[in-house]
Amino acid sequence: MQLLAIEKLTKSFGGLTAVLNVNIELQQGELIGLIGPNGAGKTTVFNLLTGVYVPTSGNITFCKDDSKISLHGLRPHKICKEGVARTFQNIRLFRDLTVFDNVRIAMHKNVKYGLLASLLHSPSYRREEKTIADASMELLKIFNLDEKKDEYAKNLPYGEQRHLEIARALATNPELLLLDEPAAGMNPAETAQLTELIKWIREKFNLTILLIEHDMSVVMKICERIYVLDYGILIAEGTPDEIRSNPRVIEAYLGEDVSNA
Amino acid sequence: MRGILNKQLTQRIIFMLLAYAIVQLLVSTNIINAYLQATLVTICINIILAVSLNLITGFTGQFSLGHAGFMSIGAYTCALITMRVPTIAGFLAGVLMGAVMAALVGFLVGLPTLRLRGDYLAIATLGMSEIIRIVFINLDSITNGAAGLNDIPRFVNWPWLYVFVAGTILLIRNLLKSSHGRACIAIREDEIAAEAMGINTTKYKVLAFIIGAFCAGIAGALYSSYFYYIKPDLFGFLKSVDILVIVVLGGLGSISGSVLAAVLLAVVSTYFQSFPEIRMILYALILVIIMIFRPQGLLGSKEISISMFNRMGKLFAFGKGEK
Ligand SMILES: Nc1ncnc2c1ncn2[C@@H]1O[C@H](COP(=O)(O)OP(=O)(O)OP(=O)(O)O)[C@@H](O)[C@H]1O
Ligand SMILES: [Mg+2]
Repeated sequence: MQLLAIEKLTKSFGGLTAVLNVNIELQQGELIGLIGPNGAGKTTVFNLLTGVYVPTSGNITFCKDDSKISLHGLRPHKICKEGVARTFQNIRLFRDLTVFDNVRIAMHKNVKYGLLASLLHSPSYRREEKTIADASMELLKIFNLDEKKDEYAKNLPYGEQRHLEIARALATNPELLLLDEPAAGMNPAETAQLTELIKWIREKFNLTILLIEHDMSVVMKICERIYVLDYGILIAEGTPDEIRSNPRVIEAYLGEDVSNA
Repeated sequence: MRGILNKQLTQRIIFMLLAYAIVQLLVSTNIINAYLQATLVTICINIILAVSLNLITGFTGQFSLGHAGFMSIGAYTCALITMRVPTIAGFLAGVLMGAVMAALVGFLVGLPTLRLRGDYLAIATLGMSEIIRIVFINLDSITNGAAGLNDIPRFVNWPWLYVFVAGTILLIRNLLKSSHGRACIAIREDEIAAEAMGINTTKYKVLAFIIGAFCAGIAGALYSSYFYYIKPDLFGFLKSVDILVIVVLGGLGSISGSVLAAVLLAVVSTYFQSFPEIRMILYALILVIIMIFRPQGLLGSKEISISMFNRMGKLFAFGKGEK
């Protein structure tokens, strides 16, 4: 079943066209890679998908419960409510808040108690806050962060900050998860562990994942299909094996390590 | 767990009753005389103003220089109502209407200006409060223009002050401990990330302005009712800065910090009343010293809570072995 269809997506910043006529299609439950050299437009695609930027042209259709929703022009929080969550390439945690609060904040969209209940701390407030706290701790446990729940996010080591960002994204209870270079800055052991974790959360949370990653060992190992962007244009699409041997990809990555990964 | 919660709640209630009773005792025994009473009222009003501005600026991260404007709306509304209906019911209706009117203006101002950030928002809110002031000056027939309103009936006493101060602190504290409050704080921390996590940042910024303005309206209403004389110039730029100073001094993002700073500044101000020159120098000196040695404010974003005293108490009771 189709979950996301991106058609002829284009984004120009003044004279610079960062993304041009890109088509991407995701089936429910897939784990898909989006790769390309620096400045290829990968993050821009994520920003278009999540409403940070409004596309210059093109369609983004998200399929949910048999209905099709156009994400074009929706504000980011609306898109999040539809079930798309993301992490950021340059980690954007709530740095001065605790690990626990980072995750609790992301559960906001499912909170039902109203303003009055929160002003008066009514029984429905208390009941739901307890649910939120329990669910947050459960998530933190998965990422081995439960013992650091009261630590400020900014005090976590780099790798754990990346983990916390994923946990926070999952707290919004998404159907589609967009990961922007989650392994950036990690050592090989951490990267290997992260790779397993991504595979595992996909099963556990029944997710569809779109993954931007420079580390080819990750992408080639876990992605079912890969899209390759270069200068804003899709130059290839296929299985890891097809991508590895695609001459246009090799050319785009000239000097980089695609074929050996 | 339930037992602990109840214990905390009981302690909180005892603390609140105690605070009320002690001041009431001091007032009835005239230790807080008429002169000190004005200080007490100023402290209470400033606490309401500072805590509510802290919600906007300290917790939601929206720099506002217009709080005195919201305050003036509450002051004028309540004054005009109590002058026509000089009863306690009129007073309460005045406070409520003053708060509602201020909140309404907060909403109207909030919507268009909240696209702005930082300094730009500060300038826009400053402009807004200046417009309000000029409107009050020019609505001669209703507000008596620049000369202001005199002989406003006085209904404010310690019990009413206490109700409004405790109410404001309690409600804002409760809000901040809820998902809605966390949404506000998330906006301060990182607006883009907050949006991406499903928080309607516009809605919560406007909400912070509405609630903040509502409380400022209450403070204005109490002011007009106690000091029985108001004029537009009382609610100018300098008043907004005064409130901001309390918030920054106490700590952006700390309710107890705002309370502490409001008390501290009022005490200094009262104590040196008879030496006006020294008073202004001292006032400025305190601010400079604190900004040098504690730029995050007295309490930073920390809170003083009753459970903190509990922990301290335990420390004393069990000696060094206890962690
Ligand atoms: N807000 C913006 N304004 C102007 N240009 C932008 C903006 N955002 C991105 N760009 C440009 O668009 C192009 C694509 O950037 P993008 O961040 O999407 O690349 P990327 O594939 O994510 O690269 P990297 O691997 O380095 O993260 C770059 O040339 C970048 O400078
Ligand atoms: Mg990028």
